[in-house]
Amino acid sequence: MQLTLGPVLFNWPTEAWQDFYARIADEADVDRVIVGEVVCSKRMPFRDHAIAAVLERLARAGKEVVYATLALPTLPRETRAIREAIEAGYPVEANDIATVHLLAGAPHVVGPYLNIYNEAALAAHAALGATRVCLSPELPLAAIEGLAARAGAVALEVFAFGRAPLALSARCYHARAHGLPKDACQFVCERDADGMDVATVTGQPFLAVNGIQTLGHGVTAAIRQVDALRAAGVDALRLSPQSCDMVAVARVFRGLAEARIDAAAAEAALAALPLPGPLGDGYLRGLPGARRLQDAE
Amino acid sequence: MTARRSLELVCPAGTPAGLRAAVDAGAHAVYCGFRDETNARNFPGLNFDRAEMREGIAYAHARGARVLVALNTFMRVGAIETWTRAVDDAVAAGADALILADIGLIAYARDAHPRQRLHLSVQAAAATPEAIAFYRDRFGIARVVLPRVLTLDEIARLTAAAAPCETEVFVFGGMCVMAEGRCLLSSYATGKSPNQNGVCSPPSHVAYREENGALTATLGGFTIEQFGRGEPAGYPTLCKGRFAANGATSHLFEDPVSLNALELLPRLAEIGVSGLKIEGRQRGRAYVAAVVRAFRGALDALAQGRAPDAGALRALTEGQADTTGAYRKAWR
Amino acid sequence: MHGHLPPVVARLARTLPLAPLELVAQRLFANALNRRPSLFARLGPFAQATFAIDPVDCPFVFLITPAEGRLRVRETLGTAPHAARIAAPLVVLLGMLDGTYDGDALFFSRDLVIEGDTEAVLALRNAIEDAELDPATVLGLPAALCAPVNRIADLALDGARRMLDAPAPGGPRHAAPPR
Repeated sequence: MQLTLGPVLFNWPTEAWQDFYARIADEADVDRVIVGEVVCSKRMPFRDHAIAAVLERLARAGKEVVYATLALPTLPRETRAIREAIEAGYPVEANDIATVHLLAGAPHVVGPYLNIYNEAALAAHAALGATRVCLSPELPLAAIEGLAARAGAVALEVFAFGRAPLALSARCYHARAHGLPKDACQFVCERDADGMDVATVTGQPFLAVNGIQTLGHGVTAAIRQVDALRAAGVDALRLSPQSCDMVAVARVFRGLAEARIDAAAAEAALAALPLPGPLGDGYLRGLPGARRLQDAE
Repeated sequence: MTARRSLELVCPAGTPAGLRAAVDAGAHAVYCGFRDETNARNFPGLNFDRAEMREGIAYAHARGARVLVALNTFMRVGAIETWTRAVDDAVAAGADALILADIGLIAYARDAHPRQRLHLSVQAAAATPEAIAFYRDRFGIARVVLPRVLTLDEIARLTAAAAPCETEVFVFGGMCVMAEGRCLLSSYATGKSPNQNGVCSPPSHVAYREENGALTATLGGFTIEQFGRGEPAGYPTLCKGRFAANGATSHLFEDPVSLNALELLPRLAEIGVSGLKIEGRQRGRAYVAAVVRAFRGALDALAQGRAPDAGALRALTEGQADTTGAYRKAWR
Repeated sequence: MHGHLPPVVARLARTLPLAPLELVAQRLFANALNRRPSLFARLGPFAQATFAIDPVDCPFVFLITPAEGRLRVRETLGTAPHAARIAAPLVVLLGMLDGTYDGDALFFSRDLVIEGDTEAVLALRNAIEDAELDPATVLGLPAALCAPVNRIADLALDGARRMLDAPAPGGPRHAAPPR
């Protein structure tokens, strides 16, 4: 079972972002790294000059690299950027159906933002060139097993660590929470390396905001399901970067994937990290996504 | 088949009685779904069984109105027959179009019923010329329902690029602030989602508590909204709630307003939009009839070169906050 | 309060014995269920539920269990088991029955209070919406009498709504419908 490091979803300062990938290249035991801006095209200019070097360094370190594309392109310049990435010859992760259209049948990865809930949708995407699909974090284990049994040649990935992406909007909630218009956002999203916490009016932690994206407050941790996922034939676990030590996170999941450590040890190791929220696996258990590891049904 | 009009008023029908009310009030077309998880308004007591669907379609056709059947959830793995059978039954019942979202179901419908007219549901969130081209060119989608988060300029651009595929936009009712069909907020709190279960913020997980005149609404145990004594209440739709972030409490995602684009009809007509959709299959037939009548009146006025009577809906929306939504860019 | 019966009428009603009221109400309830069998299909599992229908301006409460075709009248709800309570002035409840009012709008404007199982309430409301329970149907009248009786009843109810300053029929007075 492989490990895939998903794209950094948050607006980390360019230098911190470069340093992160330098360390991943040197130290992280992952098989594949997806790099690129998924959430907001306004962040792209800051990293455009650095991304080629990052990809190259990761490849040199023996990682398979994939270029991630926007999840909600709307402007012509945004689809143009996707087209250019495809033309540049990078292996591409499609996160919107527009990108699948632009790929015109070329082999590609499908990220967790496309709706693939059943074998017919999976077959349709395979016919369109998808070789690897990261499933929606919403899917319960039973559905994942059902899909894996019918996946054919498509490699399936499961969202195994990180705040789960839940929604996208034309509106920027970071800007809105700071009383700023989207067009003059001052990049306030840069202040929250793991997203901005959102609580209920009674103070209960609930969600997290990352620009136009909303995520869960809890940190998904598919710890107890790894054996079942491996048995089902799931190809890889996807680890979504948070500001904690992702090298350590990769070490934990490698241990689980190779059945060298058990779930309790993994949970203890992850819980020792400075996480932005409690560990949870509600979705995998067919429960509300917000349910924590220790919550009963 | 009943003829399509150039600017079609597409109205909600949650029940057979609602369908008759909408048709009698002047709907050019109604949309409705079967009473199961195949449609995105899978609420208790709503929707149509097979016989009711056939009767509803006959009623509408006899009065020159079209019926669009929504099968716009995503199929469950290993149980896709529930959805493919619903497609077959809708076609057999004489549906004028099917409104679909799942790429697997679209592929099935195109294959099994090559001549059936297919619309792309808003749940498929096609918001770029490329996304529309994808569904139009590969599956012969005849009309795409556009997300509620686009500006008028974007609608114009998409409508031009979509041709010969038509576009349909929402003009009245609930707002969806997130990219539709790609939102897991509801299942994060309740385990039930629009995509998998056809419900958003499902009533089975809603609780209201009244204390000293104040009303608290929770969803899956999370407090979504509190209403003071005498303050207008609302349903705890997750994205319309009040939340705390960055040291302040606010309607972080969307104010509890509803969309009213009546004043934009002339511009939408000019853009060349084909369908004008009224949201609200879960609303009462008195409400639906009143809204349909107002919009039909405005459209008839427009067709005769008169300005639509902007006051026609004022009585309906009195005391209610409404918005032209994202159609004006300042919304963002 | 919007749509409440005048206190003098409410006081008068308190002197009425409940048994005949229950008899009449039970009869009307049976009429409605007989004429509209589709109500059961729409209610699905919620047909088994007991609903407390509480006209807040009257000194009594209705308890209905559709699956059993049972209607009871109580002076107060007390500890009577029920899945949900639906409370509003009598004229408002009647307006919901015949489709004059939109339940959502009434709830948003807080002319209507619901408690308990929200899903059961929604099922009942949607089932009633579809049933088109006009006065003649509830009264169990023969077809020939329906139109004139409904016309007179509509006029009377409309007058009552005006007199009691009940909410205006139809329109969505407030935002945020369920989605």
